[in-house]
Amino acid sequence: MTYLRYELLRTIRNRRFFIISLAIPVVIYILVAAPNHHAQNLAGTGIPLKVYFMVSLAGFGSMNAVLSAGTRIAAERTTGWNRQLRLTPLSTRAYFATKVVTGYAVAGATIALLYLVGAGFGVRLGATHWAEMTGYMLVGLIPFTALGILLGHLVTADAVGPTVGGVGAFLAFLGGFWFPVGQSGVLHYVAQALPSYWLVQASHVGLGGSGWGREGWLVIAIWTVAAARLAMRAYARDTGRS
Amino acid sequence: MSAGVDTGIALRGLKKTYRTSDGPIEAVRGIDLDIAAGQTLALLGPNGAGKSTTIDMLLGLSRPDGGTVTVFGGTPEQAVAAGSVGAMLQAGALMRDLTVRELLLQLASLYPQAEDVDKTMELVEITEIANQRTQKLSGGQAQRVRFAMALLTNADLLVLDEPTVGMDVESRHAFWTTMRRLASGGRTVLFATHYLEEADEFADRVVLMAHGEVVADGTPNEIKAKVGSKTIRATLPDVPAADLERLPGVTAVERRGTGVVLACSDSDAAIRALVAAFPEAHNIEIGGGSLEEAFLELTA
Repeated sequence: MTYLRYELLRTIRNRRFFIISLAIPVVIYILVAAPNHHAQNLAGTGIPLKVYFMVSLAGFGSMNAVLSAGTRIAAERTTGWNRQLRLTPLSTRAYFATKVVTGYAVAGATIALLYLVGAGFGVRLGATHWAEMTGYMLVGLIPFTALGILLGHLVTADAVGPTVGGVGAFLAFLGGFWFPVGQSGVLHYVAQALPSYWLVQASHVGLGGSGWGREGWLVIAIWTVAAARLAMRAYARDTGRS
Repeated sequence: MSAGVDTGIALRGLKKTYRTSDGPIEAVRGIDLDIAAGQTLALLGPNGAGKSTTIDMLLGLSRPDGGTVTVFGGTPEQAVAAGSVGAMLQAGALMRDLTVRELLLQLASLYPQAEDVDKTMELVEITEIANQRTQKLSGGQAQRVRFAMALLTNADLLVLDEPTVGMDVESRHAFWTTMRRLASGGRTVLFATHYLEEADEFADRVVLMAHGEVVADGTPNEIKAKVGSKTIRATLPDVPAADLERLPGVTAVERRGTGVVLACSDSDAAIRALVAAFPEAHNIEIGGGSLEEAFLELTA
């Protein structure tokens, strides 16, 4: 699809976006893991630091990558490009599909790059671990993709940067990207209702975690449906289409 | 005229009201228009006449509060989805981070009968900027790229909203020369403008809009004849326009420095009254009506 190809091309060319989505997680990882790559027992968990941060940053980076679809959408709306697009035969479905595929392409690149750097630091996991962890994460990113599209159609270009950044940071914080949430207490319950908590669990499959039980699948499904519905509504209101 | 229903465009009782903090603004107050396929129609009117609002509804970009739009027998959305509409919107930035050529190729890929991109670039003379990033173009260059975007659709209907705003005289001339060549191929062309000479020279039909309504509709000559007016120009400082408007036979007055231009329905009565009431008037000229005077009178 020619249309998609150029959409990807312009995404890669946007330097600011590219740096935020790809370089930042990788640089953080290198800064943390390089001096400590012999640390085999992170905070008494028995997990090597280089593994823990590789999977955490893969989750965090890919989450930001799909959320940032919203940044691009808001910019297109504010500059009027969206109106121009609506005068082309590009269907609503294809429009959204392009946004989703583009977000996933960047997320995939972020994950792959972190795996590569991790492997360079000597991270070794079984083939099933790599595959399962990646699979869970790709599913766990679905609600964030819908959330990004929702924000893109809700917020203006001026406000979308802080909004996407804020929502991302909030979800990352409560979901346990930065430090594990406790196993009990209010925060734990709140965290379990967030898709970010389950994205963290997805990435922890690489640490020997067991992935999602029924609750995890349910939270991801509910967030996906809710965000997608709201996104469709915001799009309809935004464009006068239904 | 009902030729618009199946093969062209039909607007029926079209209305649009915007809610603003100062209360509702009726931008379009009931427009009926049939545009036959192959026509080149100018939507002419001052700023705020409702031209852009009408175009937005015709393209399906905004929903009418009342009335219907039919484009080639279907809804605007259907016509757009079929690739039968090419449009050049007012202002609006180009998508960044692609070269001009890449942007055009991306858009062309969406149209079933897209024109060759290189040929289109040659036609609107942007071949030399084909490899520049879109965010680095000047206003005039961006305008030409937007023109190319409308043309490469190879669509049966071209809608151009103020297409030459910001162009210099030379580019404007080149633009309309290209347009004329394309329109002769049987396309329907609808353009909004507030440049009278563009409407006069390039449209076979002029629809004059003011205050959200159609105030005149016909060939440029018919519109001039409809007003049937002659104009009186005179040097006459220090007389309020309102006093001149009260003279018999005068329909509109425009002051230009020390001079005044009177649009007249009866220039004989007007000149006698003018000279009697203001003997100091000098350099008096009586001329035939132009579209400009018709415009001033009908949109007042």
